[in-house]
Amino acid sequence: MLGLNKKDLQLMLIVTGLTMLAPFILNPFPESSGMAQFNAGYPDLMQRFVIFGIFAIGFNLLFGLTGYLSFGHAAFLGVGSYGAIWMMKLVTLNVIPAIFMGVIVAGIFSVAVGYICLRRSGIYFSILTLAFAQMSYALAYSVLTPITGGETGLQIKSTDRPLLSNLAEGETGRANLFGMDMRQSFELNVGDWLFTFNAGYYIAAVVMLIAFYISIRIFRSPFGLMLRAIKSNQTRMSYTGLNPRPHTLAAFVISGMYAGLAGGLLVAMDTQVGPERMFWTASGEVVLMTILGGVGTLIGPVLGAGVIKYMENILSKINKDVLHEWFAFMPDGLEDFIVFLVYPFIGKGWHLTLGILFMLVVIFLPGGLVEGGQRIGKWIKNRGKAKDTGGSTEPAE
Amino acid sequence: MGILEVKDVGKRFGGLQALGDVNLSVKENSVHAIIGPNGAGKSTLLNCLVGKLIPDTGSVMFDGQSVLGRTPHEINQMGISRVFQTPEIFGDLTVLENMMIPCFAKRDGAFRMRAIEDMMREKDIVEKAESMLKDMNMADKHHMHAASMSRGDKRRLEIGMCLAQEPRLLLLDEPTAGMARADTNNTIDLLKQISDERDITIAIIEHDMHVVFSLAQRITVLAQGTPLVEDDPENIKGHPKVREAYLGETA
Ligand SMILES: Nc1ncnc2c1ncn2[C@@H]1O[C@H](COP(=O)(O)OP(=O)(O)OP(=O)(O)O)[C@@H](O)[C@H]1O
Ligand SMILES: [Mg+2]
Repeated sequence: MLGLNKKDLQLMLIVTGLTMLAPFILNPFPESSGMAQFNAGYPDLMQRFVIFGIFAIGFNLLFGLTGYLSFGHAAFLGVGSYGAIWMMKLVTLNVIPAIFMGVIVAGIFSVAVGYICLRRSGIYFSILTLAFAQMSYALAYSVLTPITGGETGLQIKSTDRPLLSNLAEGETGRANLFGMDMRQSFELNVGDWLFTFNAGYYIAAVVMLIAFYISIRIFRSPFGLMLRAIKSNQTRMSYTGLNPRPHTLAAFVISGMYAGLAGGLLVAMDTQVGPERMFWTASGEVVLMTILGGVGTLIGPVLGAGVIKYMENILSKINKDVLHEWFAFMPDGLEDFIVFLVYPFIGKGWHLTLGILFMLVVIFLPGGLVEGGQRIGKWIKNRGKAKDTGGSTEPAE
Repeated sequence: MGILEVKDVGKRFGGLQALGDVNLSVKENSVHAIIGPNGAGKSTLLNCLVGKLIPDTGSVMFDGQSVLGRTPHEINQMGISRVFQTPEIFGDLTVLENMMIPCFAKRDGAFRMRAIEDMMREKDIVEKAESMLKDMNMADKHHMHAASMSRGDKRRLEIGMCLAQEPRLLLLDEPTAGMARADTNNTIDLLKQISDERDITIAIIEHDMHVVFSLAQRITVLAQGTPLVEDDPENIKGHPKVREAYLGETA
């Protein structure tokens, strides 16, 4: 079905189920319980999960398949965002043209950047992309202020009069999909639980599912095979009559367009952009997401994006008071000591936790969280088998 | 006129004249061996034929067309395939995928964007790759990681990948170097079979005289960047100049 083999179809269905039911799955704790702060099922964060998922899926198409590590991918996300917001400011507040604009602008920009950077490979390629991204950031921040709004960035203002809108005098336009406001939500109260179904989230989620589906198709296509061939052995590739250049450029541009799509969606959800979106740390983040989840795997990048965004938004909100509340049952001295130990890893210290997690994954699970999942799956299977046969069955690999 | 005509090719590396005025003519559908002591310039000559190096002087014509100034993939698409001194295969891919890539290259050319089709549903490609693997006696290894195979199998796969492109000229650089005797004999049989069954010209660089004299119909001896003699195998064996420059060392 859908042109996918059985395993891929299964994965696609699981991902579809998870994203559609995310408002439930991410809100497992009752509102009044102390654990409620670990709930991630609020619109803003759910939108980030899927949008950065798209960003990482696209990044993985380049890095995972060809092995070319771009260290400037946030530039495409930023450029896509600027393209999208101008579409909204000038033409229409409907999000679809804006998102398309984001993809197109990022696509064009990545053709230019890719054409130049792909003259080199390895570390030199990475440095070139990084240089391009930092240049874009600096330009957006200063020289290009008339287009980018400089340091303050761009927002939709009450003075903006998009061509295809009939706003009342002084009314600030809002992003919508054929009249449906992105911020529109439906709340469901079940006992002590509150589930929020947000229009923006579901639109972004559907886009992510499409993006994910396309990425599966690319992975399984002849083009995907060629990209993996490039990663494996470029010499053999050339001496087999294949030109690596247009292959890598095409992968780079597709990947840039995914980033532009993510940028456009960010604007559709929250109508503002600033140059910091292109800063090198943002480029580094998508690298971390992909490696953490599993480079070259289908689902890894989405997992990685989810974990990092969860930590960034949930872990960082835990403060000292919350810790004291948690450990209040302990004797005073011990309580203070435990809080003292845990404190560096939460709140602003969430980066430290992320760093440690990242190191552990890279050292012990080179295949990322996906490999972790596979190992657990295998272990459970083997345990079951061992019970059945009474002997140990080691798989060949 | 041979299918490959090398005229006055010279190549310098700094102060070293690696090749000087090499002339070579390879007849269509023959097996032509190039032998010579270490550092004679054999690999350098091969590199000049496939676009890895550009000679300083001279010309290289393949089937009436110049190969100079063309990139490796263009030269390959003209019909020249090369097997490397150390096997160059796609180690991260499965054996079947390895074999499918040259089939795609043959059918679709140097670049064709097919990003939505499922590669396993390209029936013609899969069938061709599978039958090629069968010819190479590797039918049971389809789903193996190419990197995990023995060196002999890697070499066999690489030769198969080159043949899948249906080249008109196959270049081999010491295909049996570092191989066990049994693997060497297998390779000889394989190459014999290839040259008997297909319309293909083979040029082979080889140190192993057993291999050379089992296969070659014509031999060029290279020493210090210049061809010493070009003749039939019977005459090469007894040639005094060759004994001096080459055979004397190994005998
Ligand atoms: N890229 C290069 N740069 C500088 N010198 C080179 C280069 N390639 C080859 N040479 C030199 O050119 C000479 C010929 O080398 P080549 O590899 O062609 O010899 P060969 O006949 O293939 O030897 P072998 O039997 O050991 O493979 C050698 O002296 C080598 O050191
Ligand atoms: Mg050599």
